[in-house]
Amino acid sequence: MRARFVVGKILGSLATLAFVLAVNFFLFRVVNDDPTGSLFRGRNLSPDQIQRRREQFNLTGTKFEQFLAYLRQTARGNLGDSFLSNRPVTTEIMEAVWPTLLLVGTATVLAMLVGIPLGIHAGWKRRSRFDAASTSFSMFTYSVPDFWLGMILLAVFAVGLGWFPTGGFEDAGSNATGVAALLDQLHHMALPALTLMLAYIGEYVIVMRSSILDTLNEDYLQLARAKGLRDADVRRRHAVPNALLPVVSLTALNFGFVLSGAIAVEAIFSWPGLGQATLEAIRGPDFPMLQGLFLVFSIAAILANLIADLLYAHLDPRVGGR
Amino acid sequence: MSDVASYSPRTAAWARRRRSFSDGISRLRKDRVAMIGLVVLVGFVIMALIAPWMSPRGGLSAVDSINNPTWHPPSRDFPLGTDHLGRSVAAQFVWGSRVSLLVGFAATVLTITIGSLVGISAGFFGGWTDAVLMRLTDWFLVIPFLPLAIVLAAVLDRSIWNIILVIGVTSWPSTARLIRAQVLTVKTRLYVDRARALGASRPHIVARHILPNVAPLILASVTLAVPIAILTETTLAFLGLADPTQNSWGKTLEEAFGAGAIGRNAWWYHFPAGLGIVAVVLAFTLFGRGLEEILDPRLREEGARR
Repeated sequence: MRARFVVGKILGSLATLAFVLAVNFFLFRVVNDDPTGSLFRGRNLSPDQIQRRREQFNLTGTKFEQFLAYLRQTARGNLGDSFLSNRPVTTEIMEAVWPTLLLVGTATVLAMLVGIPLGIHAGWKRRSRFDAASTSFSMFTYSVPDFWLGMILLAVFAVGLGWFPTGGFEDAGSNATGVAALLDQLHHMALPALTLMLAYIGEYVIVMRSSILDTLNEDYLQLARAKGLRDADVRRRHAVPNALLPVVSLTALNFGFVLSGAIAVEAIFSWPGLGQATLEAIRGPDFPMLQGLFLVFSIAAILANLIADLLYAHLDPRVGGR
Repeated sequence: MSDVASYSPRTAAWARRRRSFSDGISRLRKDRVAMIGLVVLVGFVIMALIAPWMSPRGGLSAVDSINNPTWHPPSRDFPLGTDHLGRSVAAQFVWGSRVSLLVGFAATVLTITIGSLVGISAGFFGGWTDAVLMRLTDWFLVIPFLPLAIVLAAVLDRSIWNIILVIGVTSWPSTARLIRAQVLTVKTRLYVDRARALGASRPHIVARHILPNVAPLILASVTLAVPIAILTETTLAFLGLADPTQNSWGKTLEEAFGAGAIGRNAWWYHFPAGLGIVAVVLAFTLFGRGLEEILDPRLREEGARR
């Protein structure tokens, strides 16, 4: 990988970040010109207090001055205070990051572990009954709104059969520690993680399958066959390692959506993560919180995109120069 | 003899297009899966169109439903039961198809229009135009789609037109990319060079040579953009960002969840709307894939090889 390629990618990511910051600022200030109205809705404040609030939320001066103030503040990690709780947005977001990472990370890993082998098998035995079944299954899960799937699982397994709790991160008022607390959390996580896993699987199956199909006509595969290798060896040693490339970058990209991927599903299971926080911010409406969440979601995606690009160039020397 | 006399490049081009069109139709008709998708779709479109005759709009009003039993399971009077306000779930299902399909189609028109404009200008003009437009497209592709849609919808007023706007503005980039790539290949064909050498103007080249060649691809992206638009509307509605006066399937799901349909085991409230979404989205995807296979030359070659 040439240094120029790496530097170019990093500069590109920084430009994207600048675009996000601009969108984030102007969306909330230009589309919704003076947020004071929604800020102080239903509260009786003196003009003096309103002025102080305006200064607190950087609503004084020209649009450009406000934008600079917003950049300075954001650079210091200050995303303002939540309208709803009056606590710093940064604190609120930090508290919600871990539950989301845990839930969506688990679901993504599970989806890969199941989806990739399914896709390999379907692509290798293309047009077989297995291929038809797994492709139909993927198309079906692709078409299901993830939160509706969550509602159905919740209705059947939590309300109907009572096997799982109906929501939350752990039992209310639980003072369990160690293994018991962990088991309790896993018990709560099972249904939302299953929902997300089912929602993600299809993508891995489809991408892995088409990637395997792309390798089928490659010369190195013909050569491996001509050498007299067994079918399973051709697949394991020659087809799969080469076909994994797009899946690696898909995975890296998907990790960028880990933080924002479960907004509606978290709402269904009252999972105390960033998704639940987003829903509450919409209901408020809590604009500083929404703004902060959008920034965090975007940064995660930009980072993942950069990593995916660099990883791809590292794994495939044809990309990014010698 | 008269055939030879009336021969011109234009009539020849149209004859060729007509031939490949009827060829495409007959290939599509042999694709059973795509045809099933089409039949399901037509069924839902008819339901959306005749909604006013199937169930009076009053069925959606809580005031008009005040004498109905609440949380009533499906019965002869209420084929899909009633909700927490006594409204007929069947009426919500029928009317919901209208809103969901309208948003799906209208947002797609917007997505495809923006995507085609950006893609054709970037591909055709090249240079700075291309660099700037593609940078913008990349930015939109990197930013997570749903959070952007949520933030946009949250700062705008809650209306069906704003939802359409939000989906259109956030989902055009992949179409733009696809169309740009196609324009780039078409641009290098000999007949475009020939037209340019003969002194054809840019608008003429775009209208006569570029557009007819990217049109099939645009059509294929339409059928694949509609399901995405419908799913996005569903999620936005579920998060409470939809028009409160319009009953889409997503809105029904939001109300069902909010009213506690799951705790009460009132499956008739939250099951049909979700199933409707799955059916429409799946039908569009199946039909769209069939269409894409015929219209996208790259996929056709692949299909022949495999």
